[in-house]
Amino acid sequence: MTANKINWLKYSSPATFYPLAGRLAPWFFVAAALLVVAGIYVGFFVAPTDAQQGEAYRIIFIHVASAWLSMFLYIIMAFWAGIGLAFNTRLSSMMASAVAPTGALMTFIALWTGALWGKPMWGAWWVWDARLTSELILLFLYLGFLSLQAAIDDARRADKAGAVIALVGVVNVPIIYFSVKWWNTLHQGASVSLTRSPSMAATMLIGMLLMALGFWMYSIAATLLRVRCIILERERNSEWVGQLQELRQ
Amino acid sequence: MSGPGLLDAVRCVAGRDLLAALRRRADVLTTLIFFVIVASLFPLGVGPETAMLRMMGPGVVWVAALLASMLALGRLFASDYADGTLEQLTLAPQPLSMLVLAKVAAHWLASGLPLVVVAPLLGFQFDLGTDALLILLASLLLGTPTLSLIGAIGAALTLGLRGGGALLSLLVLPLYVPVLIFGAGAVEAGAAGLGATAHLSLLGALLLIALVFAPWAAAVALRIAVE
Repeated sequence: MTANKINWLKYSSPATFYPLAGRLAPWFFVAAALLVVAGIYVGFFVAPTDAQQGEAYRIIFIHVASAWLSMFLYIIMAFWAGIGLAFNTRLSSMMASAVAPTGALMTFIALWTGALWGKPMWGAWWVWDARLTSELILLFLYLGFLSLQAAIDDARRADKAGAVIALVGVVNVPIIYFSVKWWNTLHQGASVSLTRSPSMAATMLIGMLLMALGFWMYSIAATLLRVRCIILERERNSEWVGQLQELRQ
Repeated sequence: MSGPGLLDAVRCVAGRDLLAALRRRADVLTTLIFFVIVASLFPLGVGPETAMLRMMGPGVVWVAALLASMLALGRLFASDYADGTLEQLTLAPQPLSMLVLAKVAAHWLASGLPLVVVAPLLGFQFDLGTDALLILLASLLLGTPTLSLIGAIGAALTLGLRGGGALLSLLVLPLYVPVLIFGAGAVEAGAAGLGATAHLSLLGALLLIALVFAPWAAAVALRIAVE
């Protein structure tokens, strides 16, 4: 029974994960490109014009996908950081550091596209609404995590200190997610829900899901590439890095 | 088991920190003066119209209290870290989180409580009424301990790092936001006739959550810094 079971923990070692990440990353990039192209096609050419918002609503195909990913990636980052803190596994902490820049990028895109959408719809680039504010705080939390890790020279201490602040900041994610429910805000409520039928045309939903999947695949690919760099940097003195073919030249 | 019990250790750590604060009164005063100056700058910056000052007063006092309590955080663990006391504390048989709680309590008594006491004076500068002043006092009394508790995590994480002060503000200020919103919101809700009970209850809830989790997280962070 145990003979044909794959030993997943084998890939928790940087030495075995490094080549695996290198093999997987191009596939995730291809999947991301295909999904984003399909999502943009559906979003800009197939989906109908919105009855109230006109053509300007089409920014949501980027906005919603990046906003979802910004929260999701923070949870992933906190998860890996927590695993690294609890079990003292090096690769988990490296994964957390690799996810953070992509998460910060997604948060920034969500805020930026939100401002582009807010100007024609609400007449203002920015309003101090609960969801906008909490998303801004999410960006600050990402930046805090990144700058704390950058300020500590010892990699192990940087991992652990980053894990503490990532886990403390995770309370913000449910606040962002439920902010439109808890406070009666200007930002509209969730358009997509698992429990009821979506409040929009099917093609819009398909475009949004394609974009979200595409962004997700991009985040995985970017994280894998970044974790490869982090592994090389941290393990540069180890024997297996010295034997890597691509570094021999 | 011999040696001092948990309560003795907590009392000893808190008493020592309070004594140290009493001996260095200038540190406490600097924080307090900073608080008063920041709050006094706002009327100079935005103009002296009484109606506007009354409206923004609670928020300004709260932001000033936030900055002042953050400024004081650097002293929480720094000297103990420098002279090795912190290492002894982590080796003590008593749980480190309780000792951290004692240190935070002493720190709040020395740097947070004076802010609460001076706040009504600043309230007069902004022409706040008696009701608004009482609510401001209550919200600061409930909110500033939370600030010290959350700040302890950041202070522990940034121990001995370059650019510690700016980094500390980047880590801690985003986490202070809920306290600021509910603290300043309490006074505004009171002034609008909605009653401040809801905001004050939320501030109390934040304090309880911080009391449970912050000393523990700060203890983890201290062990990381010391090891």
